[in-house]
Formats: sequence, C-alpha cells, structure tokens
Amino acid sequence: MFAYIFKRLGVLVPTFLGVTLLTFSLIRLIPGDPVEVMMGERTLNPVLHAQALQRLGLDQPLPVQYAQYLGQLVRGDLGVSLKTRATVWSEFTTLFPATLELALVALLFALVVGMTAGVIAAVKRGTLADHGVMTVALTGYSMPIFWWGLLLILVFSVGLGWTPVSGRLSLAFDVPPVTGFMLIDAWRAELADPDLNKGALWDAVRHLILPAVVLGTIPLAVIARMTRSSMLEVLREDYVRTARAKGLSPARVIFIHALRNALIPVLTVIGLQVGTLMGGAVLTETIFSWPGIGKWLIDAIGRRDYPVVQNGILLVASLVILTNFLVDILYGMANPRIRHQR
Amino acid sequence: MTTVASSVNPASLAVPENAMTFASPWAEFWQAFSKNKGAVAGMVFMLLVALLAIFAPWVAPYDPIEQYRDHFLQPPVWAGGTREFLFGTDELGRDILSRLIHGARLSLLVGLMSVVLALVPGVTLGLVAAFSGKVVDGLVMRMMDIVMALPALLLAVAIIAILGPGLRNAMLAIALVSLPAYVRLARASAMTELARDYVTAARLSGASTLRLMFVTVLPNCMAPLIVHATMSFSAAILEISALGFLGLGVQPPLPEWGTMLASARDYIERAWWVVTLPGLTILLSVLAINLMGDGLRDALDPKLKTAA
Repeated sequence: MFAYIFKRLGVLVPTFLGVTLLTFSLIRLIPGDPVEVMMGERTLNPVLHAQALQRLGLDQPLPVQYAQYLGQLVRGDLGVSLKTRATVWSEFTTLFPATLELALVALLFALVVGMTAGVIAAVKRGTLADHGVMTVALTGYSMPIFWWGLLLILVFSVGLGWTPVSGRLSLAFDVPPVTGFMLIDAWRAELADPDLNKGALWDAVRHLILPAVVLGTIPLAVIARMTRSSMLEVLREDYVRTARAKGLSPARVIFIHALRNALIPVLTVIGLQVGTLMGGAVLTETIFSWPGIGKWLIDAIGRRDYPVVQNGILLVASLVILTNFLVDILYGMANPRIRHQR
Repeated sequence: MTTVASSVNPASLAVPENAMTFASPWAEFWQAFSKNKGAVAGMVFMLLVALLAIFAPWVAPYDPIEQYRDHFLQPPVWAGGTREFLFGTDELGRDILSRLIHGARLSLLVGLMSVVLALVPGVTLGLVAAFSGKVVDGLVMRMMDIVMALPALLLAVAIIAILGPGLRNAMLAIALVSLPAYVRLARASAMTELARDYVTAARLSGASTLRLMFVTVLPNCMAPLIVHATMSFSAAILEISALGFLGLGVQPPLPEWGTMLASARDYIERAWWVVTLPGLTILLSVLAINLMGDGLRDALDPKLKTAA
C-alpha cells in the first residue's frame, strides 16, 4: 500500500510543478507591459515603473523569476490582491467555504436523485420509466447550466416568488461567520438569538436550493447514466441470480446484493466530478451572485487583478489534483487489483 | 438507378445472396445507425441547423445587428407580438429569430474549428506517445495531466484572461482544453493496435514509422475518435456559449447564443423571451449532437456502449 501511495505521489509532484509553471507563464504571456497592465497609467513615470518591476521581480531572468515564484509558494506567500490589498490566501480561505458548501449540497442532490433514478431505470429496464430517466439524463447532460439557472430564477424567483434571486442570506439577519458554512452559521445564530434571527436557517436553505440544483444538474445526469449501466451489468451476474433463486426479496437483492457492487464505478465518476463542480461553480456563482471562489476569479479577471487570477487558479488546480490523488488512494485501498497494476 | 448500383458493386448484383455478406462499410454503418431513432432525429435537426447557418443571410428575415428603434422588447408572435418579428425583439430592437439563425454560424464554426484544432495535434501527439519510448511518452502524458488538472472552463477562462476575449481566442482556448482527451484516446487505441500481428507484419515488410502511424494504425483507431469528436463538438458549443455568457467569448453586437443571454439577463423580469429562446436553441443543438453521438457510438464502437 505504501509503495502504491509513493507511486501516486511520484505523479502528483510533477503535475503540481507543471501547474505552477502554467500559472507562472500566465502572467508573463500577457501582451503589453505587465506593470502598466497591472498598475495602470500612473506608473508611466520611469522611476516608479522600475520600482514596480523590481518589486514584482520582473527585472530578473526568467529561470530566476520562476525559482523566486516557487520560493514564495513554499513560504506560503501567494501575493496580495491589487484591489483589496488583502492576501490572496486570506481571500481564498474566506470565500472557499461558500463554494464548498454549494458544491457539497449540489453533489448530495446529484447523488441522491441520480442514483435513485439510475437504479429505477435499470430495474425497470425498457419501460416508460427507464426511457423517461434516460431522456431527462441526456437533457441534463446537454444543459447549458447558466441558462438553466436563469430559467429557474425566471420560474421560481420571478414568477412564483418562492426563492430569492441571489446571495447566501437576506440582509435582515445578523449571522457571524464562524464556520463559513452558512447553513451551520445561520442555525447557530438562530439558536443563539431566536428573536433577532428567527428563520435564518430556512432563509439560508432557500438561498441555497436553486444554485445547488443548477450546479448538481450535470453530475446528476452523469451519475444516473453510470448507475444505470453499472447496475444493468451487475444484475446479469450469477450471484444475483443465486440470490433471487434463494428466494430473497427483490428489494434485498437490488439494494444489498447488486447496488453495493454497482457503486464502485459510480464512485470513480464522483471523483471525476470535482473538476466539473469547480468549473460549474464559476457559472453558477456568477448567475446567483454567490460569494465563492468561482465568482472571485471571474471578477478578478474582469478587473485584471493578476495576483488573484494567477494564484487563485493555482489553488483551485491544487485542490482538484489533491482530490484526484485522494480518490486514487481510496480506490487503491478498496480494490487491490488497481494497487498492483503495471 | 441500375447503372449507379452496378458501377458501385457489380458482384452484389450478379450473386444477390452474397449481397448481405459483402455490404459496404457505409451500408453496414447506416443500417446500425438508422435503427436508433433518437440519433436520426438528432442528425436531421443538426442538418437543418447547418443549412440555416450556411444560408443565414438569405434565410434570416432581418440583419442580425440592425436595431429597430420602434420595436424594443417586442414579444414573440404567439405571446402577443406581431408577425413582423416572429420570435420578438431584444432590448435594442433587434430581431431575435435573425440573431439565432446567424448565431448558428458562429456556434457551428467554433465547434468545428475547435474540434479540428484539437483533433489534429491531439491525434498526432497520441500516436507519437504510443510509438516512442518511455521518456517521450511519459513527458507527453504528464503534460496532458497538467492540462487535465484544471477544470476545462476555468482553464479556458485563464487562457482568455491572457489572450483577451474574442472569437478566435475562445476557439483556441476550447481547442487546448479538449486536447488531452484526444491524446489519451489516440494513444490508448494505438497501443492496443500495436500489439496486433498486422502491425508487426507491416513493420517487418519495411514500413517506415510515419507510415505505420498514419497509414497502418490510425485508420483502425478511428471509431472511438469519431465518437469523441462528436461529443467534443457539442461540448465546444456549450463552452463557447458559457464564455460568451461570461463576457469572454464572442463580443457584442455579434449574435452568439451565449453572448445574447449575457445581455438578456437584465431583462429577465420583463421579457422572458430574450432569455428563453437563445438558451433553448443551445440546449436543442447540444442535445441533438449528443443523440447523434450516442448513435454513432453504438454503430461504430459497440465496446464503448457501457461507458457513460
């Protein structure tokens, strides 16, 4: 097992270095003068210009600059936002719980609905239910999620007035950010001060529903399709026939015998959805003005806040790499055949 | 009719009972593909969209960027509008139907170009990786791992942050993002083929490496590549519209479907049609291509059937 972990680490490190090279090049590939682009016209004064170049380390040869960049990363120095003057790391850690909360709820939604639909489709193969699930899944898979978000806002927020249009919580509530997860913070605040914050938790839930549904739609479609095909394969196995022949109830055969084995490929797919979720978060957060990492990065690109763009992308990529590494390890633990491959 | 058939396959006419066994690959493919009703429907829809795109200037009732100042936000004909503007007008009084038809040109162009721009270098890199030693192979695959470590949309956004927004840069970004999948697919299929006897035979008879790569092995790897190209075509349409929506893709006033949605956002409470129609067009096109892709997969490459 340790040999396997080391082998995966051996892949992880070069990948991470490659991503740092990518984010390093990012800022240097911008056409035009980087200082002018970042600081604006006021640095046209040659003295200030030279100072800025020096401060940013841009007067050194490229390999030296890259080494300096790596040195900064090792020391945990991710630079400072040009707009807020706060460190990129502190902005990331403040905003990340919002994205994580959204992504987790979206994934939970996708898992529960997707797996249920997939199992139903497989068990009722060829029926109307099966065709219905597959049609919905294919539609979900083809959905431009930014439009899906607008459509849901149009129906549920504008039309029916059931859910708020944007944000994480209504302004009326006073919820101190303790964990960064609004559901938990709102619940705590409601318990602590029931008069002031009555209904804060429900308000947070209402804010979360539409974004989570939007972000979860594509993973849901993928999970439903995967569960169905994986389930169909397992249901053909001899041991399922044996279980049925023993006279076990259909529910027991499906949920205890078949589903457990059908879940293995589904788990891999879930690991792969982390990237999809982070990409989708960019769009979802933009539509719903959700104060998370995706909106942060898009805003930073819009106002050319390059330190945020550069290291924000690095942080997101690291997160994806790390998750995939963990999924690989878990998968290796669950399945010895994978550990001993190659 | 008879002359055409006989010139194509005289043997099948002379010995009719053998016609089935010697059916051309095309006929065999069409037989499998046409069984899938969804796939055929998707193909018909896409052919229609392609025709509309090609003949857009003649089909579209108006110029897509012409502003009719007396007709701001006019609803579609079935919602109280006039027959003058069938799908209504947007916030600047432009005819939505004409913009959707012209938008098809942009979406299909971007889809096609980014598939070509990713397919050609991707397949070449994949074949090179499969044919060369451990070092080059490892290097190429690690590079692809790096590109894959970033969520596709985020990487595309990052590339556009450097290159600047616009049609050409969006196309390049989408091509780069979809490159790794082609490399991995081409490499994996080439590796399987390399172990086969016919490759060894070709090599022993003195075929050069280039010939082995592109003439001997590549044609036998085409099935999964064609299927993937179809799927990445639909993904490209989604991505270009997402970039357009974020203001990073095709710039206004050009009538790209995603760009249309971006400007429509502010009118969501007053004019549902400016939001609904472009999105529905994207969804239907992507759905049609994916249906086609499913049909292609089943017809060309039954092995892939279990993959989601």
